[in-house]
Amino acid sequence: MLLNELIQIPELKFTVKAGHEQLDRAIEGAYASDLLSHVMARAREGNIWVTIQAHQNIVAVATLLNLAGIVIAGGIEPQADTLHKAEEEGVPIISTPLPAFQVIGRLYALGIGAEADHGQTELAQS
Amino acid sequence: MTSTNSYDLSLPVKGRCFVTAGQAASKIKRTLETFNLPPKLVRCAAICAYEAEMNIVTHACRGQVGLRVTEKAIRIVAEDEGPGIQDVDLAMKEGYSTASQEIREMGFGAGMGLPNIKRCADELIIDTYPNKGTRVEIIIHLQTNGG
Repeated sequence: MLLNELIQIPELKFTVKAGHEQLDRAIEGAYASDLLSHVMARAREGNIWVTIQAHQNIVAVATLLNLAGIVIAGGIEPQADTLHKAEEEGVPIISTPLPAFQVIGRLYALGIGAEADHGQTELAQS
Repeated sequence: MTSTNSYDLSLPVKGRCFVTAGQAASKIKRTLETFNLPPKLVRCAAICAYEAEMNIVTHACRGQVGLRVTEKAIRIVAEDEGPGIQDVDLAMKEGYSTASQEIREMGFGAGMGLPNIKRCADELIIDTYPNKGTRVEIIIHLQTNGG
């Protein structure tokens, strides 16, 4: 599924706050955590990331991992500098009034992230 | 790149500055992407650079992250002027952190920085001096990991 298909699903109540130009990205799985190092270790390229962190460092994490985009849940408004950085780096930021649990449940019901492997092994056993 | 060639980059990191945090790692990742390396190794190097940079930001006064790319390896060296690591064995344990509550609330200080680096690196060398600083050297081999 593409990001711009996802944002049109009414029950997710998604509003795009930054990265309008990057909504043609394909979503390949999802990851949820508010601890940035957990995301660094386990999120995969193309994932959509659900969090309640709204400060600008989430953009660096998404950029480093080539994530498809960030969903900020719980009605938390992303800070202005976060949106500015996201526009600069081309990272879609989406907000929703739904609590993280409900966002994740609804994404999962849509088949996003249901088959994900978020194991931690990085380098092959060499 | 021939065996005698190497590429070097050195990037300053400000302690306690969450506005510029992540910039060094982003620059390192963008640089590595120009070398036509296996994406998996670029991901590993990006994770290592990010965690090493964030350790400087959250714990030290100032520091720098260096990158060296040769035909054989990616080498990332993070050096800082800071408190040093009191107990390296403990710092290597996932979940152990000395970060402040304020930093944890931002989602940092999960006690996963050094464990994340160890998982991604082929070699990890930590030299730390109390009240002076820490040097973290990370090596990712290019030849044994085909990606």
